[in-house]
Amino acid sequence: MRLRYLTLVAVVFFSAFPLYYSVVVASRHNSALAQVPPPLLPGGNFFANVSRVFDTVPFGLALLNSVLVAGSISVAVMFLSTLAGFAFAKLRFRGRNALLLVTVATMTVPAQLGIIPLYLLMVKLEWTGTMYALVVPALVNAFGVFFMTQFLSRALPGELLEAGRVDGCTTWGLFWHVVLPVARPAAAVLGMLTFMSAWNDYFWPLVVLTPDNPTVQVALSTLASGYVNDYVLGLAGTAVGTLPLVLVFALFGRQIIGGIMQGAVKG
Amino acid sequence: MSSLPLAVARRHRRGVRHTLDVRVSPYAYVAPFLLLFCAFGLFPLAYTAWVSLHDWTLLSDEHAFVGAANYATLLADGYFWNAVFNTLSIGVLSTAPQLVLAIWLAHLLNRPLRFQTLFRVSLLLPNVTSVVAVVVIFSQLFGRDFGLINWVLSWFGAGAVDWAAGTATSHVALSTMIMWRWTGYNALIFLAAMQAVPRELYEAATLDGASGFTQLRRITLPMIRPTIVFVVVVSTIGAMQIIAEPLLFSASSGAGGVGASGGPDRQYQTLALFVYEQGFTKFDFGYAAAASWLMFAAVVLVAGVNYLLTRRMRGGLA
Repeated sequence: MRLRYLTLVAVVFFSAFPLYYSVVVASRHNSALAQVPPPLLPGGNFFANVSRVFDTVPFGLALLNSVLVAGSISVAVMFLSTLAGFAFAKLRFRGRNALLLVTVATMTVPAQLGIIPLYLLMVKLEWTGTMYALVVPALVNAFGVFFMTQFLSRALPGELLEAGRVDGCTTWGLFWHVVLPVARPAAAVLGMLTFMSAWNDYFWPLVVLTPDNPTVQVALSTLASGYVNDYVLGLAGTAVGTLPLVLVFALFGRQIIGGIMQGAVKG
Repeated sequence: MSSLPLAVARRHRRGVRHTLDVRVSPYAYVAPFLLLFCAFGLFPLAYTAWVSLHDWTLLSDEHAFVGAANYATLLADGYFWNAVFNTLSIGVLSTAPQLVLAIWLAHLLNRPLRFQTLFRVSLLLPNVTSVVAVVVIFSQLFGRDFGLINWVLSWFGAGAVDWAAGTATSHVALSTMIMWRWTGYNALIFLAAMQAVPRELYEAATLDGASGFTQLRRITLPMIRPTIVFVVVVSTIGAMQIIAEPLLFSASSGAGGVGASGGPDRQYQTLALFVYEQGFTKFDFGYAAAASWLMFAAVVLVAGVNYLLTRRMRGGLA
């Protein structure tokens, strides 16, 4: 019993310590890192380092880009996944099961397989270097549709829909007045998961964007890839670029975890 | 009664509209998803195969058909096989200990426990941290001269390890980052599965005097086997595609620039990084596309083998 708590406390420590230590380094001066023993408490240099981040890369623009990209992707994914999930879960139409099967099957295909044609497509559309290249391909995804299909087929009673039909609702009316209110909690979890993964997405933005119009992650990687190793600079940027998300997670962690665990059992 | 035919006509019209609504409108609901999905999901997958059969570079507008030549060159390319080795090595090093640890943590959490939410949130904390942040943070921790890890190791008399320089050490460093980010996430997935195991089984086992470890081996593991298979397959697919960690590791451990070569001696260039190097630093799209397909084949092969292995496994993993 005591061993169990000790182990779990160790887990909390190992999860949190690297994040804590990054703040320690980010709030110090580069020269402090050479000390033995290394500093283990935050120093007073944090804001000076952060302002150095803003001088080195267009970090304000990066924050704005990331907020816009992750925000619009989340809203679109929530809405379009609920829409498609409703049809897959509760409406009858020809080819429904086959389509759902294809959707689920492609979730297992590595996304990187298509990265080169996707890039060529962006070149053709002249979207490279713009946020369209990030937003448009991400407006909806197979996981979101599957997630909402699972939730709605469980949480949306057929009687509710039939009652709506008897009252003269069209399908669109049903969606608007019956489905959306029921779907709200799951859609919120999906939105948070989507926002986090869009905010953290690195590889695709690195491929299609340029350093002068970056997202937060691309700007961070520019910071980290200087020819001189400036850990303080890199970690100060990391602290500013990660903090908003950690805040969101601290506020909604419970629901997010619930969503992940529910999806796991069904998946 | 002249209003009667009118009413019939109106009802008929409403009937047509109703039929349309019920029969056709479902397609409208899935259409946005399907259109975007085909354009940006399925089309690129299929098109990769087409590109891979051509001599296709960014510089020339003409793409000569070369058949399987790209594939033949690849199979004779030492750097390709080096990337295959690195991918498998980092994959095993990061996935195997991670899954054992995740099952054990889930087992510890699968009981009435105080601070349950705190434990769960901190398990998922690393997963919320972006890959870029993880690599920047751990590159500092794994630093040769002033890294915290070498400082701790020095208590035990170890000299300064240059983690990024060696093949084995860089694989360990990268695997640590991957494990840190994913162990808690997988533990929560296992925990979800464990909570669905009927309590009575454990009560009966406790009455029979079975220890916690025996219960884990004889009850929990067999009961959650579908989830284990699922997690093993998903983790394998993920491990075969590792790219951001090695890409950033060489940059932030002082090699300079974003490093597509995976270290000066390619000591940690993974398959996905190899594809990136061919496609986006050398702009040899045909060759890169062929490499993508071989990577996909490798994913299917390794994930398939792991699927069969985990399904066969009886009783304990531990």
